[in-house]
Amino acid sequence: MTPGWRELYKRIEELHDEYFVGRWRSGMQREAGRQQDALMAMLFLEALGIPNPTSYYAFELYPEFVEEFHRWHQRMGMNRFPEPGVCC
Amino acid sequence: MPAVVVAILVFVAFFLGYRFYSKYLAEKVYALDKSKPTPAHEFEDGVDYVPTNKHVLFGHHFTSVAGAAPIVGPAIAVFWGWVPALLWVVLGTIFAAGVHDFGALVISVRNRAQNIGTLASSVINARARTLFLLIIFFLLTLVNAVFAVVIANLFIAFPGSVIPIFLEIPLAIFIGQYIYRRRTSALIPSLIGVALLYLSILLGQAFPIDLSPIASAIGLDARMLWIILLFAYTFVASRIPVWVLLQPRDYINSHQLFIALGVIFLGVLIGFDRIVAPAIASVPEGSPHWFPFLFITIACGAISGFHSLVSSGTTSKQLDNEEDARYVGYFGSVGEGSLALGSILAATAGLGAYTVWQERYADFNTASSGAVGNFVEGVGHFANNLGVPLGIATIFAAVVVVSFAATTMDTGVRLQRYIIQEIGEIVRFRLLARNLTLAAALAVVIPLGLALYPDLAFGRLWRLFGTTNQLTAGLALAVVAVWVFTRNRNPLAQIVPLVFLLAMTTWALFIQLGDFFRAGDYLLVAIDGVIFVLTLWLIIEAIGAFQRARSERAASGTDGGTTGA
Repeated sequence: MTPGWRELYKRIEELHDEYFVGRWRSGMQREAGRQQDALMAMLFLEALGIPNPTSYYAFELYPEFVEEFHRWHQRMGMNRFPEPGVCC
Repeated sequence: MPAVVVAILVFVAFFLGYRFYSKYLAEKVYALDKSKPTPAHEFEDGVDYVPTNKHVLFGHHFTSVAGAAPIVGPAIAVFWGWVPALLWVVLGTIFAAGVHDFGALVISVRNRAQNIGTLASSVINARARTLFLLIIFFLLTLVNAVFAVVIANLFIAFPGSVIPIFLEIPLAIFIGQYIYRRRTSALIPSLIGVALLYLSILLGQAFPIDLSPIASAIGLDARMLWIILLFAYTFVASRIPVWVLLQPRDYINSHQLFIALGVIFLGVLIGFDRIVAPAIASVPEGSPHWFPFLFITIACGAISGFHSLVSSGTTSKQLDNEEDARYVGYFGSVGEGSLALGSILAATAGLGAYTVWQERYADFNTASSGAVGNFVEGVGHFANNLGVPLGIATIFAAVVVVSFAATTMDTGVRLQRYIIQEIGEIVRFRLLARNLTLAAALAVVIPLGLALYPDLAFGRLWRLFGTTNQLTAGLALAVVAVWVFTRNRNPLAQIVPLVFLLAMTTWALFIQLGDFFRAGDYLLVAIDGVIFVLTLWLIIEAIGAFQRARSERAASGTDGGTTGA
């Protein structure tokens, strides 16, 4: 395809995505958030003071998710995490 | 008269309505202000609140509101002749639906994108929220029951459509997975999906599926078995995440909406079919009278309360600036009116000969149970004008209608689950509020019971659905009218359709109460009675709210001059 046609095709593709895919964006992100929240709860239940039988197995995943943890507790309505030194 | 002439005249009327009436509404009634930040900017979060280009937002809004309902209602209502149905669609779209959809969008945008239920409690009073939930509960119950029956009837009348519809499910799941995993754009996969769906029509035509042998083996009739299978499917579908099935299937269906509209109007243009139905039909003795029943038989397509849920639910969160509300809200209802016009033309010009039409619309029961089939045949005929073989064209039309109806059912059951959970919260029944399976099961079992109600005439169920839909529109119009009035602007544009709708709904419900009672349909008597009470409740709340607003306005002096919210 010549650059002109490629440009046009790209524009059509973008418009199509906006038109048909964009309608579902918020629902999808909310759903993804919910699934992520379930995983975060699994990982960090003990940080909230709830005994968690899976924590031994999930331990090595902690470093991967520490950054996420801050955003998670904020999303859950807790602006600052009360335990000092955990994240914020 | 050639159908294409009617179509052109209607489009001219819609254009004039948009050009002049919506301008009046935008400037004088809703006082749109381009400089006011909309919730999409104020609360922009990249998830729910996203400022969106107005053409794109129009597409989202239109595909959310247009479904199977504007097809079924008009296809039944041509029973009274094509002129009354057409006039109600045209006048309703311009003076009622446009005002309603546009108004619900504006009031939501001015109030932090709250939905119409929450707005009802703040504009009218706290009780109005409960009223709203109850109305929506009945609306969704009837929607789900009605569309289960519609799909079952279509599967029986057009068995060739079964395979394409069931193939659409794995096809959609596969397309969805392909798009997510490859992180590619949806254009090519969606188009391939649509093409494969239409190719599978050949398969459907070669192997029509008839359930009657299995049904009779287990002591049911085929329609009952289909209805049970459909609800079993929606139960599962309402429990799985939206991205697995609902979303990718919607990619395919949104394309189908535009393809169907294109086929109808191109087919009408090229075939130059004439309308074979009489302008005003003489109906047999004992049929429901067009006044008031026309106005509840056609709800979606003339005015539909369901639109206020979309306007105030998702659309208001994405409006880039207030002036776009005119295009998105008002023009969205014009789009729906066009689909209703397509349905009228299919059921009057698409049937070919007057004798066929007369046979199909011999009495109200024949007309209402066969209406969707008539639409399918009509659209099949229009597609045939474009060179598609008739057998395939008819299955294509059936596939389009079933896809719309199935998506409406999927969304309906899902929404019903939320409503049941919310009712559970209000009555403090925690199990109902928290247990997804219980809520989903109730959302399925209640309409299932209604759809399986023995010897139920579809026309009666449809009329009940129409009244509930108009009642929802009445509630939204009342909220918008009070809001406009308290801002010292003229609420006549809302009050006229509001009073008209409530009068027609109350009258129709009252007549139906007697009809159902005489026919011994006690379940319908009960539902009709409850909806009747809800209507009276709404009328009392609306009058009360107006009186309060009037006394407030009098107390603050008429030149108080509060504009905006």
